[in-house]
Amino acid sequence: MQTRFSPEQLRDPAMQASEKILRTCVHCGFCTATCPTYLLLGDELDSPRGRIYLIKDMLENGRPATPQVVKHIDRCLSCLSCMTTCPSGVHYMHLVDHARSYIEATYERPWHDRLLRRVLGALLPHPTRFRFALLAAYFGRPLKPLLRPIPAIGARLAAMLDLAPSRIEPRSTMEGPAAFRPAAPRRARVALLSGCAQPVLKPSINDATIRLLNRLGVEVVLPKGEGCCGALVHHMGREHDSHAFAARNVEAWVREMDGEGLDAIVITASGCGTTIKDYGFMFRDDPAMAEKAARVSALAMDVTEFLAKLDLPATARATGHVVAYHSACSMQHGQKITDLPKTLLKAAGFVVKDVPEGHICCGSAGVYNILQPEIAGQLRERKVANIARTRPQVIATGNIGCIQQIGKGLADAGNPTPIVHTVELLDWAHGGPMPDALAEAGFADQPERAPAVAAE
Amino acid sequence: MSAIQFPAPDASILSRRAEIVAALARLVAPESLVTSEDELRAFETDALTAYRRMPLAVVLPSTTEEVAAVLRACHAMGVNVVPRGAGTSLCGGAIPQEDAVVLGLGKMNRVLDVGFADRTMRVQAGITNLSISAAVGAEGFFYAPDPSSQLACTIGGNIAMNSGGAHCLKYGVTTNNILGVRMVLVDGTIVDIGGDAMDAPGYDLLGLVVGSEGQLGVVTEATVRILPLAEGARPVLFGFDTSEQAGAAVAAIIGAGIVPVAMEFMDKPAIEICEAFAKAGYPLDVEALLIIEVEGSDAEMDAALARIVAIAREHGVRTVRESKSAMETAAIWKGRKSAFGATGRVADYICMDGTIPTGQLPLVLRRMDEIVKSYGLRVANVFHAGDGNLHPLIMYDVNDPEEARKAEDAGNDILKLCVEVGGCLTGEHGVGIEKRDLMRHQFTQADLDQQMRVRAVFDHGWRLNPAKVFPLDGRWTPASEAA
Repeated sequence: MQTRFSPEQLRDPAMQASEKILRTCVHCGFCTATCPTYLLLGDELDSPRGRIYLIKDMLENGRPATPQVVKHIDRCLSCLSCMTTCPSGVHYMHLVDHARSYIEATYERPWHDRLLRRVLGALLPHPTRFRFALLAAYFGRPLKPLLRPIPAIGARLAAMLDLAPSRIEPRSTMEGPAAFRPAAPRRARVALLSGCAQPVLKPSINDATIRLLNRLGVEVVLPKGEGCCGALVHHMGREHDSHAFAARNVEAWVREMDGEGLDAIVITASGCGTTIKDYGFMFRDDPAMAEKAARVSALAMDVTEFLAKLDLPATARATGHVVAYHSACSMQHGQKITDLPKTLLKAAGFVVKDVPEGHICCGSAGVYNILQPEIAGQLRERKVANIARTRPQVIATGNIGCIQQIGKGLADAGNPTPIVHTVELLDWAHGGPMPDALAEAGFADQPERAPAVAAE
Repeated sequence: MSAIQFPAPDASILSRRAEIVAALARLVAPESLVTSEDELRAFETDALTAYRRMPLAVVLPSTTEEVAAVLRACHAMGVNVVPRGAGTSLCGGAIPQEDAVVLGLGKMNRVLDVGFADRTMRVQAGITNLSISAAVGAEGFFYAPDPSSQLACTIGGNIAMNSGGAHCLKYGVTTNNILGVRMVLVDGTIVDIGGDAMDAPGYDLLGLVVGSEGQLGVVTEATVRILPLAEGARPVLFGFDTSEQAGAAVAAIIGAGIVPVAMEFMDKPAIEICEAFAKAGYPLDVEALLIIEVEGSDAEMDAALARIVAIAREHGVRTVRESKSAMETAAIWKGRKSAFGATGRVADYICMDGTIPTGQLPLVLRRMDEIVKSYGLRVANVFHAGDGNLHPLIMYDVNDPEEARKAEDAGNDILKLCVEVGGCLTGEHGVGIEKRDLMRHQFTQADLDQQMRVRAVFDHGWRLNPAKVFPLDGRWTPASEAA
């Protein structure tokens, strides 16, 4: 597409990168068809092509963002479905990230929007604060009917309470910093991202990962100093804060890489994986960090990518359950991991079903379900209905946000199908305990096929 | 680029903008009316991005009745209207004007009714082409015309342009697959044309509406014909050392009375571009590639393929490779159908759309190459070879005005060549603004006047999509006839 940037504007590296992206777009319109918001709203302004045009105009003119532009950019889920569809290879993610930080720098949001974003940004990335907030939300739940009618902010506060789990999980006994050594001879050593919200909401995911990897002879370290990957504030356009989170992780992992060495940085939340794999780009113009960040990105792997590199033994128990595999957007569009998790589940004896319209987002998208509850709610209902069409016994996915979002949708629909992380099913099949969600749904545990695995 | 002119906007309309917007605001929900400058910008063009005009306002109605109300109001106020589907037109069919209201049908994207017993389906005009097939795929049916942009383009746009696609060689184009439409006339009158069955009584008005580029009315619903999916389908890749050999093979296959479902041509630049995107296993060591798809039972496919392969061998085919799996078939078609967009990875482009008699393929391929080279530009060729529908993609740098002019001139020379050899300016993309001024190479003024007289029966004031199809000068109106 034709662009009109002045040489002076192009001296800014961020602008230069965006100009290059805009030049790649040929405005063919293919992206509109797979954009969740365009599907629901039918307005080109709420499609990738419309947003690209809004961003182009805003950046070219160097004007502060207007409320109209902000409205449509805010509605973008950053699901990146458009990037899978785009034949021209437009890097929409980097463009919309730039737009978000540009908005943050040039636009003053209404007070309630600012406040909510600040609260979310202050709570979610910090496990202790987040756990406390969930506790507060638990007691705040009866207030929901009073909150909802409050203009401007009521629906969002209600959505926040809706998403808070009805049960607060006890803290994991496997928290970091720590190193978990395998009983079997060590074949690899990896760092596992603890992250922020996931260990509070579902500590069972990383617990299962550690058990499974240990059983396969992999040492797992949770290094000191790592935490939130920064995605959460990154998607709010708060570049300074997201870079601070990212830098801390880079330092923590590089210490390990240069110390005892790492074969991979394993991530169990695909949303975080997409961001960590992009650290190299984030710090491309920072001479002190660029190389280290690129090394981290190169070593980052979704847990299913890492498992696929290992030669998994035969499973320890019979499975055979029908699993609907929900591919998180950050998994299929952000990281382009499509078949791996399904291949692993099939190899573990599960019968895997693809979800119809599987390329469309469930509406979770970080904190999108709190900031845009109406659109997120419609997408959630659509997703739960599509999942139900496969008549699964259990749903598996690779991202905590989707687990919470779809879990809420299932509960609303009175659908008792449990939803778990892919790695929880794999751990179970390979000799780990049955995931709690399955036990609660009344699944009978399968006996271990003994002697063969007794060797470990 | 500025070679193609737009009519000067009507100053009296521009000065009444606030009044017009207020009138529209009374007709649709606030979310369905776009008026801020920021937001209007996104509607200033379609897939012919070299040309852009800001519209007066954009309305996104949700029902036929809302469309009728908007048209009635615009008619009363004397305001031009430009209908828009998904905005994927390559000939500028949806590009607005400063004094026109854009009527976008993106919100009208539902399936209304499916009649398997009658093999029909009623849909809203803003539904995408592919969604129609997707809605009945599980039951073993599909909607046949498959323009390469079928993922995104709407059935309303397909009807406006009488779109084709790779598989139209066997199944016909849009006009052969539409049974009826609900259409809103320029004054807001809602009419039903055609019906739910294979033929409707009276004049074939539907034949007139399909391909009328939004100038006779705004289609809001369509009844389409759906077909049972074939038992099996198998695309086969044929690699040749020269484009002329491939072109001659196509002519010979058609000449032998064989009608494959699809016969698609790609030259070397196109093969490289598409392979990089789709990783479909296209041969990279050949100068020209034919994708020929046959369908039916295994025995039928084997028989047809044996004849096709024999002819291809007579024309020096170098590699023949059959798709071995559904995934491979999907990749082969994904690559072909993404050819235009994938070219965007390499350069800006304009995509031409001319048709020629298939017997002229070898000659035209050679001449096209000479034309583009004479301008110092590059071209990638992808096209529906079976029905002689060419899509040369002329590559250039849109930020370089001189190169942009050359690209347009080269494109015009190619289309004139198509007309010279007995073909047509447009196969399936429509005329839009892009080929408007070339219409005189195809038609005499008397021919054009007759077409405009027909057009005037529906819209004598030139309110609907007025800047398109007919050259701006010498326009026939009832008044010009009287004078």
